[in-house]
Amino acid sequence: MSTVERMAGGLGTWLDDRFGVARGARKLLRKVFPDHWTFMLGEIALWSFVVILLSGTYLTLFFKPSMHEVVYHGSYVPLQGVQMSEAYASTLDLSFEVRGGLIMRQIHHWAALIFVAAIMIHMLRIFFTGAFRKPREVNWLIGNVLFILAILEGLFGYSLPDDLLSGTGMRILEGVLLGIPLVGTYASFFLFGGEFPGQLLIPRLFTIHILLIPALMVALITVHLLLVFYQKHTQYPGPGKTNRNVVGAPFLPIYTAKAGGFFLIIFGLSALLGGLVQVNPVWLYGPYHPAQISAGSQPDFYMGWLEGALRAMPAWEINAWGHTVSFSVLVPALVVPGIFFTVLALYPFVESWVTGDKREHHLLERPRNAPTRTAIGAAGVTFFGLLWLNGGNDVIADKLHLSIYAITWFTRFALFLGPVVAFIVARRICLGLQRRDRDKVLHGRESGIIRRLPSGEYIEIHEPVSVEERYVLTAYEVNRPLELTDAVDENGIPMPNGRVHKVRSALSRWYFGTRVEKPTPAEYQQLTAGHHH
Amino acid sequence: MSTHDEMTPGAEEQAAPSGPEHTSGLVPRDEVRGRHARAVDDIVPAVDGVVIEADDHEFAPVERITPDSTVARTYDDPFPNPGPPHHEPRRTDVDPRAARRADRQVAGMFGLATLLLIGFIVSFVAVDMDQMISLPLIGKIGAQNALFGVTIGGALALVGVGLIHWARKTMTAVELVEPRHPLRSPEPKREEGAAAFRQGIEETGIGRRPFLIGGSLLAALGGLLTAPLVLLRDLGPLPEKKLRHTAWAIEQRIVYENTNEQVKASDMHIGTLVAAHPLGVEDPNRLAKASIFLIRLDPSEVKSQRQLDWGYQGIFAFSRICPHVGCPVDLYEQASHHLLCPCHQSTFDMVDGAKVIFGPAARALPQLQITADGEGNLMAKGDFTEPVGPSFWERG
Amino acid sequence: MKPRLLRRALDRLGEAAATSSSEPAKARRRREPLRRHPLAPLLVLFIALSATGGLYALLSPGRQAAAASAQSLAIEEGRKLYVSGCSSCHGLNAEGSSDGPTLIGVGAAAVDFQVATGRMPATRQGVQEPKKKPVYTQAEVDQLAAYIASLAPGPAVPAASDYDTSGANVAEGGELFRTNCAACHNFVGSGGALTGGKFAPKLTGVDSKHMYEAMLTGPQSMPVFNDETITPEQKRDIIAFLNYINTAGDPGGANLGRIGPVSEGLLIWIFGIGSLVGVTVWLTARSS
Repeated sequence: MSTVERMAGGLGTWLDDRFGVARGARKLLRKVFPDHWTFMLGEIALWSFVVILLSGTYLTLFFKPSMHEVVYHGSYVPLQGVQMSEAYASTLDLSFEVRGGLIMRQIHHWAALIFVAAIMIHMLRIFFTGAFRKPREVNWLIGNVLFILAILEGLFGYSLPDDLLSGTGMRILEGVLLGIPLVGTYASFFLFGGEFPGQLLIPRLFTIHILLIPALMVALITVHLLLVFYQKHTQYPGPGKTNRNVVGAPFLPIYTAKAGGFFLIIFGLSALLGGLVQVNPVWLYGPYHPAQISAGSQPDFYMGWLEGALRAMPAWEINAWGHTVSFSVLVPALVVPGIFFTVLALYPFVESWVTGDKREHHLLERPRNAPTRTAIGAAGVTFFGLLWLNGGNDVIADKLHLSIYAITWFTRFALFLGPVVAFIVARRICLGLQRRDRDKVLHGRESGIIRRLPSGEYIEIHEPVSVEERYVLTAYEVNRPLELTDAVDENGIPMPNGRVHKVRSALSRWYFGTRVEKPTPAEYQQLTAGHHH
Repeated sequence: MSTHDEMTPGAEEQAAPSGPEHTSGLVPRDEVRGRHARAVDDIVPAVDGVVIEADDHEFAPVERITPDSTVARTYDDPFPNPGPPHHEPRRTDVDPRAARRADRQVAGMFGLATLLLIGFIVSFVAVDMDQMISLPLIGKIGAQNALFGVTIGGALALVGVGLIHWARKTMTAVELVEPRHPLRSPEPKREEGAAAFRQGIEETGIGRRPFLIGGSLLAALGGLLTAPLVLLRDLGPLPEKKLRHTAWAIEQRIVYENTNEQVKASDMHIGTLVAAHPLGVEDPNRLAKASIFLIRLDPSEVKSQRQLDWGYQGIFAFSRICPHVGCPVDLYEQASHHLLCPCHQSTFDMVDGAKVIFGPAARALPQLQITADGEGNLMAKGDFTEPVGPSFWERG
Repeated sequence: MKPRLLRRALDRLGEAAATSSSEPAKARRRREPLRRHPLAPLLVLFIALSATGGLYALLSPGRQAAAASAQSLAIEEGRKLYVSGCSSCHGLNAEGSSDGPTLIGVGAAAVDFQVATGRMPATRQGVQEPKKKPVYTQAEVDQLAAYIASLAPGPAVPAASDYDTSGANVAEGGELFRTNCAACHNFVGSGGALTGGKFAPKLTGVDSKHMYEAMLTGPQSMPVFNDETITPEQKRDIIAFLNYINTAGDPGGANLGRIGPVSEGLLIWIFGIGSLVGVTVWLTARSS
């Protein structure tokens, strides 16, 4: 028995005497985690969140969340003698007078960008593999809330230094709040503590940014992970893997070592970026002043799609009965994200309603095997991506010497056409891939070897695929549209909710009307028999 | 054709690689390579060719509300699950020298990380904060910050890579299988749970007078949740008419944004555009609304009569706050007389009453009526005649 | 050499007149204009008198004649260059055509800016002329400028002392830049988009003199920042700010073009997420 093992044993005894941990330890410590690179995407988000918590705590030691005006006398020459808020001045001091302060700020910002980006790719993975299906809908919803919180947290965080760029963002936020019918002016006056910019915004954002949202996020992340733990992770179909088991590596030591190592790598990458690549250089932007503005004023990337929506929206405003409704603001800033997040959150429920599928799913689907879902996802990504691009229309125009109006007009049309085209193309690609899989199972793989037949004809030899591959290629479901059972019962009385049923079966036909059937053993036998003789 | 089931793992290693039987085509179901084992309700190592899973009946019945019976059938996989693939040993499993080398690599990475951390302390103490360093590709950057990044970042990443390398090379590579049970409780347990819940509710006695106690409790809870909302009232003052007025007033002098010097009509040349605000106004809240720009144009080019009337000798004053969402409108193209908001590209035609010709802004920029005093200093004739800045519900 | 001497003298005179109406105060706001000082008229009178005296000494008959003949020679040379290189667009007498604007009254500063930065002569009829390698030597540019300046009065080429930034206030320049210039050129002069494919150019690697001339003359889409609205001293502050920012380096690391969050987002998606996904593939791959 090595020293390490003896010490671990001692600790275990101590703990078990008090908490009885040994009872669950065996199952817990040897719990199985499936291994696939796409299962690590959420972990990027998790670990970058930890990096954000650590670096953010350090920043609070120096940052002063105050809008009190001071004159700067620090070491950054181009701002000496300039009037600015204490928030901005303390950010400069933190960057230029505190050793390691700058790298901590930059680690915090880079990790935040990694965090939101990782959430996005993690959600895409969940969506395209159908991991949100029963029994994981609640975790999907929690993830959605976390996504929205992360975006808000980022927005409030980069606004804290009170620099010209983020102050412009706050000014836009004020304009958006004012645009809300009925309560908008009140919302704006209550948030800013009066008229823009007021004296209270930064301290309020600070409390929200360092306390309210992080506390909510920590709680939700905990539940999110506990649910993953409790419901066990999904896995891709494969040899030995079924809907009724989990195949993978044990929690201790493999998963622990890999996850711990991954955390350190993410921390390390954030630190390398923080040391070598400048991010959010607020000293270049200058302090916020309501009369100043810069070309290329952009939000961080996760707000870019909303910025793009604001830029793409044509002028539209209604004045009636002494009131004004500004659709120019309302549609891009509230309606578009409102619909987007609602559709995203409700999708698992809609899909389960359309498919009539109420079973537990622990096996993931390859995106090609759920063509309509994949196509819907592609349409959503296209919509989001176009808005995103338009958010940088001025930078694109400047770098590529294009007309900024032309880019905006393109976006206006593409927002409607693009998703449709993406849907059609993605579904076709999926069905094509399914057909190729089917051919592969039935006829084998193209070997690249050309043989001349006695008749003089040239053929390419097809090698049969392995048993494992054949299984992977066929272990999925082909869904069929729900058929409308009798719209009228035997007495000719229309069914209750007949209309709903009609909508449902129509949707179901749209989902599953076009499909590729899986090869059957009979087909396979027939073909292989023909081949061998 | 050989069936793996009868082979011990050791025997299999000596057998020919799995090529031939993979090409052997379809195997009848009873002869499949993958043998289904009943769940042992425990975590066990994956054994080549044996599929371990929870009991079938636990997952039944398939809850699927469909009239089409074929749906359930398609769930069946046409080809049987072949079971976990044969576990190929790693080089480090069979070659002790490779294992030792892997250990040395891991220890090397941990050691290098420690060295880097020493480097970090040294750069903290020995390098000046304002020391700059020029690097190829990257440019002239802060030396201490860069050293911090390389040392801490490198150390963190090295420990991380070392851990993963260790896990991949010399920790166990055996896959485990854990049976997965349906998340819903078995029917009798569900019944028990539901019964316990019903009993609990019954024992409260709420069923006897649901409205008296239950109703009043709900009302009180609702009150508890909503009443404290009044505490939010003092977050800010009420809007009242505040958004309708700015700091401009009759004979209010106009000063340059940066210097606070009065703007003289003679200062402005044709094609000049300057940022300005009311004399003596320092409060950012008032500046945020009162910010204007002055522009001098050739009056013969101006199409709007109102614009001409409200200006002074071809000098015009407009609100600088975009009526869309409030960015300062400041991107002026002198040749085309187009003024853009750099935020969302609303474009205003400066020779036609600042009318919107592109973008999301729905209204022209409000114009300020100006004139000049006896010394030629520009001044306002009064406040704006409409609210400046973004639209709001009460604007009308 | 003589025409240059003369021009410099004239420029000094212009400068003297300009400084008389500005003052060197440093405070950002609450600045009391000097010209409202009770002694200001006296000061102006004094400067005007001494300038007249100096001018008389400089342009005493003998020198004047020599200078004038050198000047007319330069104008004549400039006219020749103009006719061969510029008149096809701007018209034989600089009256302008459908291909180019009139150059009457644009002044020597505009010519020096456009030609010495290579923007003119135009290579193609694009929406905007970019900075490129100049076609004419500085001597030829001076001759062209002399010719255009002879057609009608306009802003003269600034003297070296006009854009000498020693003693200028960098922070003040930054404030002025953010108020007056950043809307088009971005917060540190990295450039920005205008409409129709036009752009406000990057301000890195631009000669102080050309920055000064651009403010003075308002080339292409740029508005004019004449000496009354942005005083020569303020212009020097702005130039000092840009020169400082362009040479100071970036304390935080590679600056990604200093165009704000767009390039940061691109980096994090391509390099950040890209490399982390690479790590996930490595750490989940089976070791051989």
